[in-house]
Amino acid sequence: MKFLVCISQVPDTTTKITFIEGKALNAAGVQFIINPYDEIALTRALELKEALGGTVTVIHVGTVGTEPTIRKALAIGADEAIRINAEPEDAFFVASQIAEVVKKNPFDVILTGRESIDYNSGQVAGMLAEMLDLPSVCVVTKIDISGTEVTLEREIDGGKEVVSCSLPFVASAQKGLSEPRIPNMRGIMSARTKPLQITEPSSGTKLTASVSYAMPPAKQACKMVAADKMNELVELLHQEAKVI
Amino acid sequence: MSVIVFAENWDGKFKKSTFEAVSYANEIAKQLSTSTTALVIGNVSEEDMKSLGKYGAGKVLNVKNDRLNTLAAQAYGNIVAEAAQKEVATVIVISNTYTGKNIAGRIAARLKAGLVAGATALPSATAPFTVRKKCFSGKGLTDVVITSDQKVLALTPNAFRVISGEGTASLEAFVPALKDSDLKTSVKEVKKTSGKIALTEAELVVSAGRGLKGPENWGMIEELANLLGAATACSKPVADIGWRPHHEHVGQTGITIGPNLYIAIGISGAIQHLAGVSSSKVIVVINSDPEAPFFKAADYGVVGDAFEVVPRLIEAVKTFKTSHH
Ligand SMILES: Cc1cc2nc3c(=O)[nH]c(=O)nc-3n(C[C@H](O)[C@H](O)[C@H](O)COP(=O)(O)OP(=O)(O)OC[C@H]3O[C@@H](n4cnc5c(N)ncnc54)[C@H](O)[C@@H]3O)c2cc1C
Repeated sequence: MKFLVCISQVPDTTTKITFIEGKALNAAGVQFIINPYDEIALTRALELKEALGGTVTVIHVGTVGTEPTIRKALAIGADEAIRINAEPEDAFFVASQIAEVVKKNPFDVILTGRESIDYNSGQVAGMLAEMLDLPSVCVVTKIDISGTEVTLEREIDGGKEVVSCSLPFVASAQKGLSEPRIPNMRGIMSARTKPLQITEPSSGTKLTASVSYAMPPAKQACKMVAADKMNELVELLHQEAKVI
Repeated sequence: MSVIVFAENWDGKFKKSTFEAVSYANEIAKQLSTSTTALVIGNVSEEDMKSLGKYGAGKVLNVKNDRLNTLAAQAYGNIVAEAAQKEVATVIVISNTYTGKNIAGRIAARLKAGLVAGATALPSATAPFTVRKKCFSGKGLTDVVITSDQKVLALTPNAFRVISGEGTASLEAFVPALKDSDLKTSVKEVKKTSGKIALTEAELVVSAGRGLKGPENWGMIEELANLLGAATACSKPVADIGWRPHHEHVGQTGITIGPNLYIAIGISGAIQHLAGVSSSKVIVVINSDPEAPFFKAADYGVVGDAFEVVPRLIEAVKTFKTSHH
C-alpha cells in the first residue's frame, strides 16, 4: 500500500511570534519544525505501513531551506521524500501542486495534519481530495485499514463519528491518531541517504494572499480578587464582565 | 449576485453558530447590496427554516434526501458549490465547525474560489476583498485578500454576534445532481460523550490542571461546572497521565475553544495551553503561585490554594443563583 503524507514546516510551538512592520513573520531566531499534526499523520502512516506493508512518501511544498525538516520526516521513518520547489503561499496553490504529483503517481492513502499551526486553516486535505475526486474525512483520531475497508473516527461536537470509506482516500490527522516518535540514531543516519526528489512547480494559481499581520489586542491588566472574596468575583463576573 | 450561507443543522436542529453564520452572511450581503440565501441539507422543520429570515436570509434552499442526513463531505461540498452557482453567489459562507472543516476546502477547490478558513470579522474591504483571521494559533492576526471572483468564508464559531430582527424566509426545495460516487464515505456510528455539554460549543468552561494533584480531586471542578452549566476541560499533562479523558484537553495540540468565560484552576498558563484558550472572552485564573504566567493572560485573578478557593467559589455561585432566581 502506498502512503503519502503532506508535511508543512511551522515555527516551533514555543515561538514568541512577532512581525516585521506588520508585513511578514519575523523569522529571526525562530526554530522551524514539522507541523505537529503532520507528524501525527506521518506516525500513523508508518504504523499502517508496518502492519500492511508498502511505502511511506512525504511531500512538501517549500524552498531549499526546508530540507532539514524533510530530513527529520525521513529520520522518523518515511521511506522517501518529494519537495516541490516553491513558496507555499496559498493553500489552493499548495494543493494543486500536490495534486499534480499524485495524478502522475497515485497513492492509496493520502494524509495531512488537521491544520498547520501557522495559518490554522486546514484547507489542503479537502482541496486535494476535491482536485483528485477522492473521498475525504477531516480531523480524524482513528484510521484502520483491513483489506479494502477503511474505518475512521472523526471528531464532531461532543463526540466522535465512525466513518467507513473506500480506498483511495484523503484524511487529516487530529491529536490522538498516533503518538509521535522520536527519531533514533539509526533513523537519523539513514535519513541522509534516503531519496529526496526535487520537482519544479507546475504553473499554479494563487487565490489568496496574507497582506498584513497584527498582534492580538493586548489584554487589560488582570483584576485581582482576594481569595476569601469569592462573592465579589461572582458579582464582577455578573455585573462587569456579564458572563454569568 | 448573492451571498449564500450553508445553514448547518444537528439532527434537524440549528445551533447558535448557524445563526451567527446567517447573520454574518447577511451583513456581507448588505456590504455588497445584495441578498442572502441559506442552504439547508437535511430534515429541519419548515418553521425553523423560515425563522432563518430573522437573521437575514430571504430564501432558504432545502435539500431533503435520506442519504444526506449525516455528513458525506464530497456530496455536501458539491451541493454547496452547485447551490452557489445556481444562486450566482459571489460569497459563500459556512461555519468553521467540524462539518465546515470537512467541506470548506472541497467547496473552494470545486469553485476555484479563495478560502479564508477561520474568519473572525466582516470583510474590512470588499475591493480588494479582505478578511481578518487568526494565525499562529492565536498569537497573531492576519488580513487575507481573496483575489478570485467567488469567495468562501468559514466563520469561527463564537466570533461574530447573532443579529436578529423580523422576517420570514421563503422556502424552496432544491434537488442537486447527486451521484453514487459522491457518497464514498458513510457514517456507521455516532459516539456521544454522554450527557455533558460539548466543549467546543460551551459558553462557559471550567478547566483544571496539574495543580489539582490527582484525579480524585475533580469532584469540586465538576460541581462548579454543573452549577454554572459549564463544560469541563483540562491541561495536556492531566489528560496524558489519564486523570481526565483526552477529549477535555485544550491547547495547541488539543481542542481550541473560545467560550465567554474560561476559569483556569491550577494551570500554569504555558504558551501551548494559551494557544487553545486565548480567544475566550473572559478568563479567570485561580493559582497558588502569584507568578504563574497565566495571570498575564487573565481578566480576573485569584491567588490562593484551589482546595480552599474553589469550595468558596461554589458557595458564592450557589448564593448568587438563589438571589437571582
Ligand atoms: C509541542 C507541545 C505541545 C503542547 N500542547 C499543549 C496543549 O495543547 N495544552 C496544554 O495544556 N499543554 C500543552 N503543552 C504542555 C505545556 O507546555 C505545559 O507543560 C502544560 O500546559 C502544563 O500543564 P499544567 O498547567 O496543568 O501543569 P503545571 O505547569 O505543572 O502547572 C500547575 C499549576 O498549578 C498551580 N498549583 C499547584 N498547586 C496548586 C493549588 N493547590 N492551588 C492552585 N494552584 C496550584 C501551580 O502554581 C502551577 O501554576 C505542550 C507542550 C509542548 C512541548
